[in-house]
Amino acid sequence: MTSLALRRAGQSGRGQSLRQREARWGYIFLSPWIVGFLAFTLIPMVATLIFSFTDIKLTSSQPVRFVGLQNWQALFADERVWSSLKVTLSFAALQLPIAVVVPFLMALLLSSKRLIAPGLFRVLFFMPYTVPFVASVVIWEQMENPTSGWIDQVLGFFGVTGPNWLNDPALIYPALVLLGLWGVGGAMVVYLGGLSGIPSELYEAARIDGAGWLRQLWHITVPMMSPVFLYTLVLGIVDVLQYFLVVEIINNGTGEPGGATQFYNLFIYKELWTYSDEGMASALAWLLFLITLAITMLVFFAARRWVYYAGER
Amino acid sequence: MSQMNTPTDQTTEPESSPSPAATSGRRQRRRPIRPLLERIGITAVALVAIVGFLSPLLLSITVSLKSIDQLSNGGSILPESPQTYSYNGRDLDVYVVPMPDGSTHHLALLKSSRAAGTVTFVDPAKPDAEPVVWKGNRFDLARSTTLDPQWSNYSTAWNDISFFRLLINTIALATIQTTGVLISCTLVAYAFARFRFRGRNVLFMMVVATIFLPTFATVVPIYTIFTKIGWNGTWAPLIVPAFFANAYDVFLLRQFLMTIPRDLDEAAALDGAGPVRTLVSVILPQAWPAIVAVAIFTFVYSWNDYFGPLLYLTSNQALQPLSLGLANFHGARNLQNPGVVQAATLMSIVVPLVFFLVFQRFFVKGISITGSGVEK
Repeated sequence: MTSLALRRAGQSGRGQSLRQREARWGYIFLSPWIVGFLAFTLIPMVATLIFSFTDIKLTSSQPVRFVGLQNWQALFADERVWSSLKVTLSFAALQLPIAVVVPFLMALLLSSKRLIAPGLFRVLFFMPYTVPFVASVVIWEQMENPTSGWIDQVLGFFGVTGPNWLNDPALIYPALVLLGLWGVGGAMVVYLGGLSGIPSELYEAARIDGAGWLRQLWHITVPMMSPVFLYTLVLGIVDVLQYFLVVEIINNGTGEPGGATQFYNLFIYKELWTYSDEGMASALAWLLFLITLAITMLVFFAARRWVYYAGER
Repeated sequence: MSQMNTPTDQTTEPESSPSPAATSGRRQRRRPIRPLLERIGITAVALVAIVGFLSPLLLSITVSLKSIDQLSNGGSILPESPQTYSYNGRDLDVYVVPMPDGSTHHLALLKSSRAAGTVTFVDPAKPDAEPVVWKGNRFDLARSTTLDPQWSNYSTAWNDISFFRLLINTIALATIQTTGVLISCTLVAYAFARFRFRGRNVLFMMVVATIFLPTFATVVPIYTIFTKIGWNGTWAPLIVPAFFANAYDVFLLRQFLMTIPRDLDEAAALDGAGPVRTLVSVILPQAWPAIVAVAIFTFVYSWNDYFGPLLYLTSNQALQPLSLGLANFHGARNLQNPGVVQAATLMSIVVPLVFFLVFQRFFVKGISITGSGVEK
């Protein structure tokens, strides 16, 4: 008998044990996640914190000792930690607005009733999202090449000498943002879903009141989409604070040009895989976790002011 | 951006509150022209945007067909080479020659006399005709070029990157991971969607929360343990976790299962079907669009994953998938021969792209289920 039959039977008196049977089946089906959550999320998170107070080293055969706050003190005293954090935050300041706004603009364009062949455009705009990450980095890097890349060739056509994007400390962040542009397809689809869920009566009412396109956008679309903005923003924050794989591919994580790509996570990665210093890497990872948590909490807190949930009073 | 425009937009608007009659009258007059112009304008914007957005792919294709020499020439978009013409056993260089009558001809240079200030050409179109004598300096002339794609870049890339081995590894890894994710996530989503048990809502909140958890919060101990037990350099660290469900796919499947009406479950239950049979014969047949979406997502995600292989397979070349192999190939060869690297790159994206084009309906559906659910 399944849960549902049991539940019906349960109403006629023997509820307790039948409820328990349903719960038991529930836990059985749930067990892969419970095991996975403990083994790959909860315990590792706690372990990371504990590791950060030890001198654990994969390469060393000596017993692990607790060293108190040693790793944390070393971390706070290390100039490189702060400069790498600055690198990550500076890049985030440029990347985040683009990661949130560009897919929204694309979704607006694609959901326009005036667009001819919207289905075709949707497929084309989403397609690059499925290009493997490494491949998209290698392809865009070619695009930014100063001699054979099309960006500089187009600039040259207008008489502007194109810069060497990836080797110029002043231009490296815009260059990296461009490298990641093919990743916006996921957010674009989420926005498209949100846009299609806005009741059309709202627009009709606004039109009767004489509101133009921009007013409708600002007073209907944007507020109705604010939960989606929040979702994209929070995922974007978590992503961008872990940014480093792209520079690992394009310059092997050297930090060039001039340390501008010495991202925080590159620092963790090196502590772990080059120096095998698990204790230090754990402290760095926990600091990152705390920073991410603090920023997302701040965003959620601020969201009470600007996120509008339909149906909520 | 649009927020900046709000104050000014009031001025661009039509009269503040036109009567319904006035509105409809104006609309009728404008209908033939204005909507058409708007359609063309918006579609043109989309066209320009998509050309820019996809142009790196075109560039990659042209670069993948160029030799090192063709690339260092910069200039031309297509893979071109200087044209030569074989004449009486000699390879003559072909030039673009402006003729006195204003036309230009592509002629093969036979001999050049600096003293006389003349150049003698053969016309490849009419090799038996008299050679053409042209007044001027050959160094003022441009070489005539011809399309010369280097298809060999693809075979070089195929061999040098051991493409076949990488491909087999990638397919095997993606297939195993997809199997694991499908089995585990379906079971867990079924539990959340159909069974009542203590702590269900709290546990489900935790599932959603882990979607937002940074990978780096957990990776150090996991890496340490996997290395200690000798799994570093094997597929185990990439495969085993897949069989223990992940938040994203559990969420997607659960959202979908919640939309399936319970009537059939109840009918099956009255017929005496147990929970497992109900899952297999009632739930799964109805949930297949979501299951296909998860399967495709996982397959493509696994195909594209770089971080996992970077951590665990850097030390073991024989087991690497395409992502890591391509990154290493790029690191080793991109400076010397970008054409071959782009060729390898394009070969590595064929399968995900075909997958997407065939199953694009499911992609879009899957993403919007998750997105529209999590944001709330």
